[in-house]
Amino acid sequence: MIRRYALASLLIASFAVPQAGLAQAPEWSKIRIGVEANYPPFSQMSPDGKFSGFDIDIASAICAHIKADCTMVSQEWDGMMPALNAKKFDLIVASMSITEDRKKSADFSDSYYDIPSTWIGKTGSFSQVTPAALKGKKIIVTRNTPRARFLQENFKDSEILQVAKEAEVTMELAAGRGDIGFGSSLAATAAFLKSPQGTGYSRLGAPVMLGGAAQGGGVGIAMRKGEDALRTKVNVALKAITANGVYKTINDKYFDVNIRGE
Amino acid sequence: MDWQIIIDSLPQYAGGIRTTLVLLAISLASSLVLAVPLAVARVSPSWWLSRSVWLYTYVLRGTPLLVQLFIIYHGLAQFEAVRESAAWVLLKNAWFCAWLAFTLNSTAYTTEIFAGALKATPVGEIEAARAYGLGGFKLYSRVLLPGALRRALPQYSNEVIGLMHATAIASTVTLVDITRVARDVNANHLLVTESFGVAAVIYFVLTFSLVGVFRLLERRFLRHLRPQVDLPQAVPAAA
Amino acid sequence: MLHGYLPAILEGLVLTLKVSATSLAIACVFGLLGAMAKLSKSRAARWIAEVYTTLIRGLPELVLMLLIFYGGQIGINKLADAQGWGYIDIPPFAAGVMTVGFIFGAYLTETFRGAILAVPRGQAEAGLAFALTPGQVMRRIVLPQMVRHAIPGFANNWLIMIKASALVSLIGLDDMVHRAGLAAATTREPFTFYMAVALIYLTLTSISIFLLSRVEARYSLGVRTVQF
Repeated sequence: MIRRYALASLLIASFAVPQAGLAQAPEWSKIRIGVEANYPPFSQMSPDGKFSGFDIDIASAICAHIKADCTMVSQEWDGMMPALNAKKFDLIVASMSITEDRKKSADFSDSYYDIPSTWIGKTGSFSQVTPAALKGKKIIVTRNTPRARFLQENFKDSEILQVAKEAEVTMELAAGRGDIGFGSSLAATAAFLKSPQGTGYSRLGAPVMLGGAAQGGGVGIAMRKGEDALRTKVNVALKAITANGVYKTINDKYFDVNIRGE
Repeated sequence: MDWQIIIDSLPQYAGGIRTTLVLLAISLASSLVLAVPLAVARVSPSWWLSRSVWLYTYVLRGTPLLVQLFIIYHGLAQFEAVRESAAWVLLKNAWFCAWLAFTLNSTAYTTEIFAGALKATPVGEIEAARAYGLGGFKLYSRVLLPGALRRALPQYSNEVIGLMHATAIASTVTLVDITRVARDVNANHLLVTESFGVAAVIYFVLTFSLVGVFRLLERRFLRHLRPQVDLPQAVPAAA
Repeated sequence: MLHGYLPAILEGLVLTLKVSATSLAIACVFGLLGAMAKLSKSRAARWIAEVYTTLIRGLPELVLMLLIFYGGQIGINKLADAQGWGYIDIPPFAAGVMTVGFIFGAYLTETFRGAILAVPRGQAEAGLAFALTPGQVMRRIVLPQMVRHAIPGFANNWLIMIKASALVSLIGLDDMVHRAGLAAATTREPFTFYMAVALIYLTLTSISIFLLSRVEARYSLGVRTVQF
């Protein structure tokens, strides 16, 4: 008897909980966008729970152009691709670099910005940043990124400490858990070097350009493989906001330089 | 099912298994060593002593291990004073932070388990021991603790297995254990079975090995509780 | 002190409570089903329940959550594609809650099984002797008495579940721990925020322990204990 009740309530619960949505029609009127919310100035959460940042503004601008109803979903960087694959959201606008490896699992839009990577550490700690100079030293980098791959291939004699997200690179560096960090040049500047914890730190050596937009790299918007209709829409929107000055407004709001990268 | 990816990632899993087992071993050793005196303090007639230990176990058991780990690893690093101090050499290291968090947490649970076992000591045993003039250290080391530790063995085995499962949380602070390897494989290849499935199989094997070890320990130390067999027949069985 | 992030963290607390409570409800359903299956005459049911509890209790909660959350989602997507149902939208909250509920259902199975076995058989036999159907016996005689025996195990599992709900931040749910992480990264004060979260959890567990001891007292009215 109780079995019947239990089974019945379970069945009811299973119907009540997921809402069988219509198949995502080609019109894409409702889009969910995965954002990191933990990567200032590209993406951060303010005390009242609102998202802001370069990535957020670009995503909103694209949605406005496509005339779609967009919801931003915050997601840990660690699980970004799996969440996209699991249809938690439809687009990733989280400063994700376009790489050959990632292209095996997802499709990308055109690149929407491109900036070099930079070494960051205590001022004057390394006069030269070469594999020889960093032999045996600990380099902090975000795991599963082209930067990590670059280090694994070129800095084999150094110890590489891989952290779960970009924000942790400067956090661990400030905590003294590594000798030098390898991160994104602009995120490192705006957030960390200007903060009280960043005094005594600076960018070291020359910026490193990894797979720029010209070579099919840069930073793009990821979506599930095969979503060609969506991809076209996003690319059209990107071209439009670049042409009509919306991009420039957003760019100038956060940065002194043009980061479009083409 | 992409076997090639599994085979390619096996060396990483081997490293992950090593990390998990080392972390488990060192946390277990330290928490066991700390829990015994703390359990004695917990059942002490002195109100202050007992309550202080109670406060420690209450706070450590009432908050999630994940949050405790974050406080030790990320939180302490926030303070300039901590970073300048002598302890920083240790706290800088992710291994030390993880070991500290797991030890503090596991000690709290183990202390309560041992304290419960001590409280369950048959009153007659203590009376007899006191009648023989045993007291203080001898009372505990010869009579109370051996009995209590034996009594606590089944529940303690649950705690050890729980600790082994908890080591998966170390994957959140840069330690490359089994779970971290699985998450990396999943992030790079987006294959859930090949990544988490393999991790699940490995954890399963580890869990059942631990269960087996504790069965052996119970057979040795709780022999007196097993049903007696091979009693001499009162009446010879009819052929 | 919290740099104005308190409302955001409290919002996360609301989600944590929602996740814990809903997971508990779902875990009770799975737990009762599992307990019934383990005690049933059907060998297949016993076997399925045994596999269920053994698998869940043999794996770390974090790994289970990641496995069920991602694997389950992809499985459902594949099923939906194969059947031509289009795309079933499973909100992250539902997915997370089903996952946690499924996991703790296994632990509750053991609790409920022990509790049902603790009710003296004579009660059920007397009920049957009075021509009650097995269903009525279960519903009116065994289950109400089972509740008293189940409460300690249930309370224990509830406390563990509150703390395990901290792990849902790692499968992407926007709970208290996740909010604290975001606030900590922006303000670079992880100690402040994680301590605040720890205090909130401590309050939650304290309130739970108090309430559950009241419930146990209520259900133990009339039970005679040994008088020395």
